[in-house]
Amino acid sequence: MSPKPNLHLTVRHLSHAAVIDIVGEVTAHAENALMDAYTRASSGGAPLILLNFAGLEYMNSSGIGLLVTLLIRANRQKQKLIAIGLNEHYQQIFELTRLNEAIGIFETEAEALAIS
Amino acid sequence: MATNRDSNWAKPVDKLKVQKLPAGVINLNVQGKQLSSPLRGFGQMWQKTYSVRLSGASVTPEELITVWKAEFPNFWPSGNRFYASGAGVKPGEVAVLNLAGPGGLTGPGGTPLISTGIMVIYADETSFSFMTPEGHIFAGMITFSAQDDGGTTVAQIQALIRANDPLYEMGCRVGVVHKAEDDFWHATLRSLAARFGVNGMPQQQNVLVDPRVQWGEAKNVWHNSAIRTALYMPVTLVKRVFQRP
Repeated sequence: MSPKPNLHLTVRHLSHAAVIDIVGEVTAHAENALMDAYTRASSGGAPLILLNFAGLEYMNSSGIGLLVTLLIRANRQKQKLIAIGLNEHYQQIFELTRLNEAIGIFETEAEALAIS
Repeated sequence: MATNRDSNWAKPVDKLKVQKLPAGVINLNVQGKQLSSPLRGFGQMWQKTYSVRLSGASVTPEELITVWKAEFPNFWPSGNRFYASGAGVKPGEVAVLNLAGPGGLTGPGGTPLISTGIMVIYADETSFSFMTPEGHIFAGMITFSAQDDGGTTVAQIQALIRANDPLYEMGCRVGVVHKAEDDFWHATLRSLAARFGVNGMPQQQNVLVDPRVQWGEAKNVWHNSAIRTALYMPVTLVKRVFQRP
């Protein structure tokens, strides 16, 4: 049996977007929970999905891999994926793994919604 | 605020730098290259997961990863070489690879068919990950890990990859490249299992994450490491002749 992920995800639906609030650790064990959250976030047909990393405690390389597959799913649905609340360390990780070239990064939810 | 685990990650780099290597290594297609994530490649994106159960072996996931990091090149199939500096498998380390072709095929005088590299982007007690440079067969990440499954340690290799350019993708579509890749990692896992006294049979699971190609990345063929290694072959051979006693 896979270990229970140390992760809590909530989904909020806004007028033109959905927000996935991430609290805890994004590792390989987070796959089912993250994909379920994405499915719920997409259920309203939102063209914009915000991943809120303000509550992120840790992400390893498997977590980055999950974000890549999530991005592919979003692209297939013609959705835009945006990251908010990333601290400086994880902004660097996005740069290292080139995720920043495909996922927009904003400090706050308000900024992301205003520009997108 | 930095945490201890932040140091499990490498720092971002603009271009790769190769440290000192042993004499005789074909050092091509790494220095000055950028990293290629799976988002940058040309071909279909695959997630390929290879695993082997170390049934009966008394080794924890942490112990297995410690050995795997320390002896990483030793588990590779014959004809394929992994050259890192003395630091070994640590975040930020850049390694040069001298690779044979399918079935261990080499060039004249045993020279490698492909010289390319990787960078260690992540390492902790139970896993480590590489990312490939421009010109490598695949654009992507590969993660080596171990976990406990009901009291048995399972070693796993998971690749999230796209063929880097149209030529490599053609090789994938006719099956040659994928078979070579699968054979490579199956052999690696068998060697790893044997290190712990286990005659393990690797399992494999493939997921086609993105069936679309990215035509905008067709230009990656400029960096194709197989072509560049072949073009450099006469120089390699001449150097070897003049190095003989």
